[in-house]
This record gives sequence, C-alpha cells and structure tokens, in this order.
Amino acid sequence: MATVELTFTALPAHVRTARLVATAVARRSGVDESLLDEVRLAVGEACSRAVEGHQLYCPGEPVRLALTDLAGRFEVEVTDTCVPGVHSPGGPGAIADRAGADPQTSADADFPAGLGIAVIEGLADDVQISATAAGTSIRMSWPSAGATR
Amino acid sequence: MDLKLDHHSKDGIEIVDVEGEIDVYTAPRLRELLIELVNSRFYQLVVNMEKVEFLDSTGLGVLVGGLKRVRAHDGSLDLVCTQERILKIFRITGLTKVFGIHDTVDEAIAARRAEK
Repeated sequence: MATVELTFTALPAHVRTARLVATAVARRSGVDESLLDEVRLAVGEACSRAVEGHQLYCPGEPVRLALTDLAGRFEVEVTDTCVPGVHSPGGPGAIADRAGADPQTSADADFPAGLGIAVIEGLADDVQISATAAGTSIRMSWPSAGATR
Repeated sequence: MDLKLDHHSKDGIEIVDVEGEIDVYTAPRLRELLIELVNSRFYQLVVNMEKVEFLDSTGLGVLVGGLKRVRAHDGSLDLVCTQERILKIFRITGLTKVFGIHDTVDEAIAARRAEK
C-alpha cells in the first residue's frame, strides 16, 4: 500500500500540487535534501506527460500518483489511463511520449519529442516505464532513510 | 509561486524577466509573450531566468520554440541563469549547446554584441 496516494483531475494546474505533495512526502521519507529537486522535477515531468495524454484522449479520467516509503527507497508511481480504444477509439493511447507526434500538426510544436522521458531518465537512477491494462505506468525511485510509514 | 513576466529594452536587445515557476500550467504564457515579441519585430532576446524557481521540459520546449522563431529572422535568444537546479535540466537535455547561457544580463548583451 502506498504511503500517500493522490488522484487528480487531468488539469495542468494540478501538476504543481502533485509536485508539492511528492516533495513533502519524499522529505518525510528521509530522501536527502540534495535529491529533493530531482524528485520534484521528475514527478512534475511524469505528471505533465500524463495530464497532456489525458487531455487528448480521456479528459474525464483522473491521473494517479502513488508515493511509497519502502525500506531504503522512496518510490513514485504515476499512472495514466490512455490506452488506444479504451477512452478514445483510434487514439494513439499511452501518449507515446509524443515521440510519434507530427511536429507540423502537434498542438505543441515547440516541444522536442521525448524530452520529458529523457529528463526523467536523467534524474532518477531507477526508472521503469511499463504498459498497464489501462494505460502507462512510470515508476521511479530514490534512496531514502525510510524514516516513516 | 505563479509566473511573473516582464520585458524591457536595453542596448537594443529585448530583456525578458521571468520569475516563478515555468511548467505545463504556466509555460503557455511565456510562449505567448515570446511570440508577441517576435511578431513585434524584436528578434534579439535575452531571457533572464535568475528568479525562476522551477523549470520543466514544457518550459524548455517554449524556449526552444522561441529560439526557433527568432532564428527564422536571423535573431538570437540567450539565457541568463546561474542557478544550479535550473542549469541541471539544460545539461541533462543537452540544451547547453543550443543556448548561450550567461551569468548576467550585461554579459549576455556583451556576448551578443561581440558576435555581431
């Protein structure tokens, strides 16, 4: 069971709240102060990615953020529910990190494809991206003192 | 903290002062300002990020978009930033090679002048 679990409407304004909660729980879980900026940025990237996918394909579905204080690790899981055909028939689903987005037709043509995932992988030393029954899960973790439950 | 944007001219270069958090929620406002400046024929830009508290890849995308727009007019977009937490995301993404990143606005202006 996650130490703290948060679900939020897929709106950009709530990504900041998700970042703040994740940083607070990481601090309380004993993650070193020097790593908190990395946690904050990586969680923001994962949540932004999920929100943008939900807005395109399943705006009514919430984004889920689970923060777990494991023995010696602080784990974060961001789960989206963007699967092709589930919420949007024919939709590309799983956001595909916009890697396949046509730069001419993408709503955000300024965004270099795949940058969000590149940032996450550059920040967390342990990142797992996997397909779930309903969408995509990004799981990442950092060392912690395992201070609380 | 929300995003505060301001801009002024100095030595013929438009300085954009950014304060607060640039993320998926606030980045569209910065994008709009950069587009507005380019549409107003300001093609030499310096974005002062000394008071930026948070920057994510959406913000990076907006800066890259701004750079693309000014370069289409033979312009430039330089950054002022000394904060390690912000510089780190430029390094991770390799964008330190794309942007001129300076310690002060005056240094950014001087570097731009030297290239002319």
